[in-house]
Amino acid sequence: MELFVTTLTIFVLAVFVGFEVITKVPPTLHTPLMSGSNAISGITLVGAVISAGTQHTTLTTVLGFLAVVFATINVVGGFLVTHRMLEMFKRK
Amino acid sequence: MPAAVINFAYLLASALFIFALKGMSHPRTAVRGNLLGALGMFIAVLVTVLDRRIVSYEIIVAGLVAGSAIGAVLALKIHMTAMPQMVALLNGFGGAASALVAGAALAETVHLRAPFDLQMTVATALSGLIGGVTFLGSLVAFGKLQELITSAAVVFPGRHVLNAVVALLNAALCVAVVMRPEELLWYWTLLAASSVLGVLATIGIGGADMPVVISLLNSYSGLAACATGFVLQNNMLIIAGALVGASGIILTRIMCKAMNRSLANVLFGGFGAQAAAKGDDIYAGKVKAVSAEEIALLLANAQRVAFVPGYGMAVSQAQHAVQALAKLLEQRGAEVFFAIHPVAGRMPGHMNVLLAEADVPYEQLKEMDEANPLFPQTDVSIVIGANDVVNPLARTDPKSPIAGMPILDVDKSKTVVVVKRSLSPGFAGIPNPLFAADNTLMFFSDGQKAVNEIIHALKEI
Repeated sequence: MELFVTTLTIFVLAVFVGFEVITKVPPTLHTPLMSGSNAISGITLVGAVISAGTQHTTLTTVLGFLAVVFATINVVGGFLVTHRMLEMFKRK
Repeated sequence: MPAAVINFAYLLASALFIFALKGMSHPRTAVRGNLLGALGMFIAVLVTVLDRRIVSYEIIVAGLVAGSAIGAVLALKIHMTAMPQMVALLNGFGGAASALVAGAALAETVHLRAPFDLQMTVATALSGLIGGVTFLGSLVAFGKLQELITSAAVVFPGRHVLNAVVALLNAALCVAVVMRPEELLWYWTLLAASSVLGVLATIGIGGADMPVVISLLNSYSGLAACATGFVLQNNMLIIAGALVGASGIILTRIMCKAMNRSLANVLFGGFGAQAAAKGDDIYAGKVKAVSAEEIALLLANAQRVAFVPGYGMAVSQAQHAVQALAKLLEQRGAEVFFAIHPVAGRMPGHMNVLLAEADVPYEQLKEMDEANPLFPQTDVSIVIGANDVVNPLARTDPKSPIAGMPILDVDKSKTVVVVKRSLSPGFAGIPNPLFAADNTLMFFSDGQKAVNEIIHALKEI
């Protein structure tokens, strides 16, 4: 229970940080914000890598592999497409 | 690698993610911000791969290579007009990955005969629920935006009852996962049920409400990562997921406010399914159609010109022509700005990206609050592909479906030119008195063709 409260504390504080930072993003950049934050939510890749690598059972390995593929598409696609968009805003 | 080092690297990555989002506060710092985010991700994955629990690398490398290849091709090939579909798809993959990781963690705990604690089982159930809704919900949104399925709201009798039944079933399955986590079948059933819920939740939402749906799914993909963070006891996942969750919620709220509708109305209202009202009595005898030459003449003498783009501009790929016209007007000494409504396009900020791609400087892109005070001193406002967001009924008719929605006050400029194929109504299905106003001129044509004709006529003067 104590561990849960600590984790919950981190969660709540992170939500506050998120609100503070995101409200300062201008509407012009809302699309890159979405694709960029989307790439960040691909952080679940970290969990996927462990599942795919520990190889406890065939099931966990297969699930891990699929999760690595999905999360990597999310991460690589997200950061790359965001970069493409932001370069268009910058080149003026 | 000792756990302390790994956790320290995770802390560094979390900080970099916050810097990434902070960088988005200005176009000048945004590129660096995004690179910092990518660096954070790289560090996080690198230290994880070095974790001593990992016994084999083949599967990991295969997954990383396959995912990177697919992701890179998608990111480099996609057209800017298709950005909403792309983001929808990426949201879906993120949600699916989180649900699969939670499932794998559950299967691993069963295999190792490790004890279950309540935090893990509850978080696993939430991960499956949110992940499933995000995955299939995003695929439906993708299908609608790509027009693989109808982009209109699909409504059928008894849909609210069906939604409620499926939602209750999901709740029951969540309880089953928490009570009997060792029975993996409950988790997979939950995943199937939450996917069905994702389909039902998005199928009833019309195309022009997609900005809200995508923002919400964006938030869900973050919350799914968060729930997985609770499953794995990983603070970095929780922090990153919470940041994304907050971001999606803020955007959802901005979009709802820009349409003056509640989130519940967008999600369950079936908006955009009703038959469109005819506006014959409003338009009869009052609509003035003009040619490109007449518009060019007006523009030749204009001091200040506003462009008001809507989704129709993107559909006819007119953004490059519009930019060329804007540049020509500037060379002739006029002041030009673009007025962008928050829900113009199919996702938040979509119109800005399309105009940036066409080389419009971002200083010329004005949001609604900046643009509205400028209209009374604007000589010509050119509305291209926008309809409901410039409909004055929102201000005047309290019974209108768009009553109270903040609009761009183009009707206050000296002359309004509306480029449109016909008098057909917009998404709200109501006639627009702006088209019949004394100071409005209609140019009935395809957007791109119309603007090119105006450019041609203007060069002749």
